[in-house]
Amino acid sequence: MERTMKLPKRVASMPLRFHGGIVALVVLLVFNALFTPNFLQLQTLFVNISQVATIAIVAMGMTLVIATGGIDLSVGAVMALAGALAPLIFLSDLGAANPALGVALAIILPLLVAGLCGVFNGVMVAVLNVQPIIATLILFISGRGIAQVLTNGNLQTFSNPSFSYLGTGKILGLPFQGWLALVIACVLFWVITRTTWGRYLLAIGGNERAAFLSGGPVRRVKIGAYVICAVLSGFAGLIVVAINSASDAARNGNLMELDAIAAAVVGGALLQGGRAPIFGAILGAVIIQLVKYTLLANGVEDEVALIAKAAIIILAVWMQQLRRT
Amino acid sequence: MLNETAFDLRKYLRRNSASVTVWVALGALILFGLMRYDNFGSAYNFSSFLNYNAMFIAIALGMCFVIMTGGIDLSVGSVAAFTSVVAAYLSPHGIQVALPGAILAGVGFGAINAFCIILLRIPPFIATLATMLAAKGGALVISGAQTISVDWGSNFTKLGMGQAFGLFPWAIVIVAGLALVLWLVLEKTTIGRTVLAIGGSEDASNLMGLKVNRAKAFVYLLSGGCAGLAGLILASGFGAGQPLEGIGWELSAIASVVVGGTLLTGGMGSIPATVAGALLLGLVFNVLNFENGQGTISFSAYWQMVIRGGFLFAVILLQSRVIAKQQKVIGS
Repeated sequence: MERTMKLPKRVASMPLRFHGGIVALVVLLVFNALFTPNFLQLQTLFVNISQVATIAIVAMGMTLVIATGGIDLSVGAVMALAGALAPLIFLSDLGAANPALGVALAIILPLLVAGLCGVFNGVMVAVLNVQPIIATLILFISGRGIAQVLTNGNLQTFSNPSFSYLGTGKILGLPFQGWLALVIACVLFWVITRTTWGRYLLAIGGNERAAFLSGGPVRRVKIGAYVICAVLSGFAGLIVVAINSASDAARNGNLMELDAIAAAVVGGALLQGGRAPIFGAILGAVIIQLVKYTLLANGVEDEVALIAKAAIIILAVWMQQLRRT
Repeated sequence: MLNETAFDLRKYLRRNSASVTVWVALGALILFGLMRYDNFGSAYNFSSFLNYNAMFIAIALGMCFVIMTGGIDLSVGSVAAFTSVVAAYLSPHGIQVALPGAILAGVGFGAINAFCIILLRIPPFIATLATMLAAKGGALVISGAQTISVDWGSNFTKLGMGQAFGLFPWAIVIVAGLALVLWLVLEKTTIGRTVLAIGGSEDASNLMGLKVNRAKAFVYLLSGGCAGLAGLILASGFGAGQPLEGIGWELSAIASVVVGGTLLTGGMGSIPATVAGALLLGLVFNVLNFENGQGTISFSAYWQMVIRGGFLFAVILLQSRVIAKQQKVIGS
């Protein structure tokens, strides 16, 4: 009874919350339709979906972490680490001897390692009470370092069609990773709205002390959020490697933490915690991707695009602060 | 009752355990190096070590003030990269132009941080993360993504390569002077005490009528200026403005500050211990380089990032126990 009372209210309040984001999306679409050559083509849609999927997947994980009142700066480094491991595994002797086993291990093991990174972050934050920024800053730097040590800083190129399916496969004509992002979003939405774990997640972000005093498993839920975020980042890292058929530990996931935070915030996540708009994160990711594409397609240099992105992040967080006060 | 003097000493050690530890660790590591490597105590190693670490000390000093207010500045590495390019462009006019130019450029980024954090009320790590991005983009734009060579004809490279009185590198003289001034600012001036008060409790400081916003603006401008100085030293010491440098510097700075006993929650900190922390981290790399030279370990450049992270991890593990103890005291 209580649940059915609550849910419609949440859903009803959603359009308002998305207001700014949807306006931004429409503006971007109209601008591109008018000014960007070849924007209204199927090819453009494919390119954007295949690139937005990685941002969306990481942003959903980030949304969970932000919902607990935390932040995860290590997502890009975890992507690099998972992405560096995969080719090492299926190019090894074992992977070459058993291609199917090699590819399976090349997906499972990197995700496990990514999960361990999440455990590390989560334990630092939830058990040792280290501030999330500092705790995840450790892997932000050394995670990428480990990836580069593993690969000696070399670019690993490969040709492995079954692994590359992760990034280049198509279902019903649309990129595989787009569907994957959608499935993950549905699962996470269900988890947040329909499970006790999800309710605790939001309760912790709303008031951690109250959640703890009312007997909530605060530590376990927080660690869980960091683990999910890290595993999703690992997935994104694998997808990037699969798209390129090459793994570059120096570039894979570089600055992804900013994209993911921006997408989550644009999508309506509150940095103070207590809110986990999963579909908002996807909307935010689409907006970030469209901004990138718009700048790129209109010949703005990459370096200038960095500055534009910085301005967008500041603007998004500022508007959020305004709404609260 | 316990013996008074013994009790006091123990109390002193407990209260300053972190800063005492860092000095002891620094001494122990120097002793280790002196005994193990032939050239460790040589004048060359001494001066090149100080020269290389001058920029990290400069950044750590600014970071120390920011962290004492309970904030953080993640933009320092990119800002230093940006100002190294600025300094390289200004180098034909000599150090008298390049020095203020680079520091002003750094202060400019500090002003953006201060504006976003104080007036727009954006959390420090988001604001400075965005500035990090903007400074990186800016450095690439003004340099055309190229390393910018400095003018070797002017007196510009003297700062990073010349020796003051034939003894110390100029860079370390300047940074030591900066450390001394900042130490006095922290201990003896209103703004220094306000910085500590903000870290203790921002609300209480506000209610007491302290000029909170002015002190917060000061720390971010200072941190930007310190990063600017570091960029100048970088350009002057290596003979080039390097738009891609500075990755992971914020981590080094934070680690140095934290190992010096400054609490990440703010409200407590020490300038000399921060300098010692920066020297300790630098010395770890120095010792590893000597090990590498002796062939006992193989130490690629990528390990640097892993070790920086590991160093910060170890320090935080130690500090989290200190904080937990303090919180217990407050709670009881």
